[in-house]
Amino acid sequence: MIRSTHLPLLVTVLTFLVAFALCGSQYPSMLTTRVVANLLTDNAFLGIVAVGMTFVIISGGIDLSVGSVIAFTGVFLAVVLRDTSLHPLAAFALVLSLTVAFGAAMGAIIHYLDMPAFIVTLAGMFLARGLAYVLSTDSVPITHEFYDFLQSLYWKAPGGGRFRLTGVIMLLTFLIGMIMAHRTRFGQNVYALGGGAQTAKLMGVPLAQTTIRIYALSGGLAGLAGIVFSLYTSAGYSLATVGVELDAIAAVVIGGTLLTGGTGFVAGTFFGILIMGLIQTYIVFDGTLSSWWTKIVIGGLLFAFILLQKGLTWATTARRKPLTDFAAP
Amino acid sequence: MTEGTRPVLSCTGISKFFPGAIALDEVDLTLYSGEVHALLGENGAGKSTLIKCITGAYRRDAGTIHLQGQAVSPTSTKESQALGIGTVYQEVNLLPNLTVAENLFLGRQPTRFGLVSYSRMQTETARILKDYGLAINPAEPLSSYSVAVQQVVAIARAVELSGKVLILDEPTASLDREEVELLFSVINKLKARGLAIVFITHFLDQVFEISDRATVLRNGRVVGTRELAQASQTDIIHLMLGRQLESRIQERAPAKSGKPLLELNNFGRKGTVDPFNLTIHEGEVVGLAGLLGSGRTETANLIFGVVPADQGEAKLRGKTISLANPRQAVGHRFGLCPEDRKTEGIVGDLSVRENIILALQARQGWFRPLARAKVNELAEAYVKTLDIRLASLDMPIRFLSGGNQQKALLARWLATNPDFLILDEPTRGIDVGAHAEIIALIERLREKGMALLVASSELEELVAYSTRVIVLKDRRQVDELTGGQISTGNIVKAIAAETNREVA
Repeated sequence: MIRSTHLPLLVTVLTFLVAFALCGSQYPSMLTTRVVANLLTDNAFLGIVAVGMTFVIISGGIDLSVGSVIAFTGVFLAVVLRDTSLHPLAAFALVLSLTVAFGAAMGAIIHYLDMPAFIVTLAGMFLARGLAYVLSTDSVPITHEFYDFLQSLYWKAPGGGRFRLTGVIMLLTFLIGMIMAHRTRFGQNVYALGGGAQTAKLMGVPLAQTTIRIYALSGGLAGLAGIVFSLYTSAGYSLATVGVELDAIAAVVIGGTLLTGGTGFVAGTFFGILIMGLIQTYIVFDGTLSSWWTKIVIGGLLFAFILLQKGLTWATTARRKPLTDFAAP
Repeated sequence: MTEGTRPVLSCTGISKFFPGAIALDEVDLTLYSGEVHALLGENGAGKSTLIKCITGAYRRDAGTIHLQGQAVSPTSTKESQALGIGTVYQEVNLLPNLTVAENLFLGRQPTRFGLVSYSRMQTETARILKDYGLAINPAEPLSSYSVAVQQVVAIARAVELSGKVLILDEPTASLDREEVELLFSVINKLKARGLAIVFITHFLDQVFEISDRATVLRNGRVVGTRELAQASQTDIIHLMLGRQLESRIQERAPAKSGKPLLELNNFGRKGTVDPFNLTIHEGEVVGLAGLLGSGRTETANLIFGVVPADQGEAKLRGKTISLANPRQAVGHRFGLCPEDRKTEGIVGDLSVRENIILALQARQGWFRPLARAKVNELAEAYVKTLDIRLASLDMPIRFLSGGNQQKALLARWLATNPDFLILDEPTRGIDVGAHAEIIALIERLREKGMALLVASSELEELVAYSTRVIVLKDRRQVDELTGGQISTGNIVKAIAAETNREVA
């Protein structure tokens, strides 16, 4: 059944399909598994962090710190693996607990001090970026056989596409994110928070716990994205992933999530990521366009989706049905 | 009716003190199973405070609450909900972005293998809402339904969670007649189920329609509990307003009203105020009387263009004018001192001086600032004539007492030298001394030939300064009293009159 709330999601999916078909008609070689596989691999870290961002935005908040957290995670891993004999898996666990704690702390500040998420996570953004600089200002290469092993894991699809581990991690993240958002009480509480914190409180939603969990989730997923990014680049660099938080927000909004909170879909974010990746791929295929066209197209898309959201909100309130239609026999 | 049965909820001696004020003074309230109990009283009588004490939102300072014989002391709304006391507020406290089913089950969703089971939630919702006379799609977002439907869903949620006592805090305030009927049918069903229901409203007709008993609060005290089958509307209004209701004849200057200033013909707005005709003359104080929710503030706001009228016309000195927004009204030399001083009147962080010249400066246009010397002169003159007590003109106005804030607001409009001034509850929340000064000021302004429209819930006050009193009820003008007719007794009679005759 199609409901008005699903419309943004449908529009996103349709946009992707139409865009993909257009790209395919112009460059038939874009319709290969190789392109699809690269789309997943190249955007894996962005996709993972966008899942966390979806939760944050649905709850009515924002997390500006994720780009810095990704960079911090990369530098942290590179430095730890260079200077200690810690196994990468242990380093992963360590950095994930750090980023989860970092997110949880931001969530706690947002809730208990009643501060806007924007300013708290902005502080978190500077803090994480600064910590990355403290660890190293240079790009630190990661050379570890376990990394080589992880990077060598892929499934070669017919047509030559290599589906790598990182892409699979992203898909799993989206899957778990979807289940969490729509099928758990935590997910329901996130939507409730986005609908109105005061009302949610009156309805018995544990605000503190939910807020802290949301930002912990976003921080943790930023950590995971950092791990994936370090696998992707085999290095940790404190200047990496500047502005990724904004890309993630863009993907979430293109995916049909309302910036004001309360409505949105993790699945929509997935297609938001794919649309953004597709534009980039198209520009690579074209070869003559400046890569800045990516930004221009994304900017235009964002505007279009914001207008669409506004229109839908307006339409749902306008067609509010009269009461008498609902009297039960 | 239900004498002899054990009460579901009995509160005895509930007291609540706020700094400098007694909000509730030894209030008793007893609720029986299967009764609808109306809780009545003007604004500030203590209704909300009582409800908050019962539901645990406030901590009571004295008194006991027994729920089915057990002493209880809920410390949060969540706890009282678990005990069996559910509350539904005027503004629906549900989440419009969630579906009907999600709203009904938030926090207690049926789960399977740890995951929320949507199919079960939706069949359950459909089944529950059917009992309430609603056949709606549980999977639609709540926002796609009207306020009345949302209200019923809120009631369903409260009853499902609690199921012993249901408190309805002005549930009908934003509903139209048909919707009220649906709500009442739901209330009657719940009554038959044996719930004890507290019904708070300002609509007396509705009280008599649905309630069995009524408790009236005034100034934090219970002034009476009545079986409604044996009481009339006049009795209840007397209880609610009953200060010294003997109608003392005021020494009033003869109503030597001047030329007609403002003529409103068939002026109104759908759903806010029924269309009315009103002519206001120079040198006249027109009082607006009525219970809370009768449309006093709405009428004031409509004339000032805060809420634009959607029908009728306004004529100023015979010329048709438009009153679509407050800017135009100010342009026609109107002024409005709003009821809610703190949020709609003062700009708390600006200085007293800035607050006083705000309206004058706004009318003059922002690019022609008033000269500093002129500003000081004006501000000082009004501080002196109105006797506003302050340490310095530079202090933020929010530090002033209520009465002085009100006088500063009056100064703001007087500085614009208005022809027509609307005052909405000019004496609310201010001390006795300032009260008398403001009344004297209204008299002075009238004598100078200004036209005033004053809405107030203080009947003596209206009687004291009005040359004419318009009585409102259910957002409609029901009567007009002039000259010697003006007395508190007559106003009460007009409010209580069952006839709905319109003002000619």
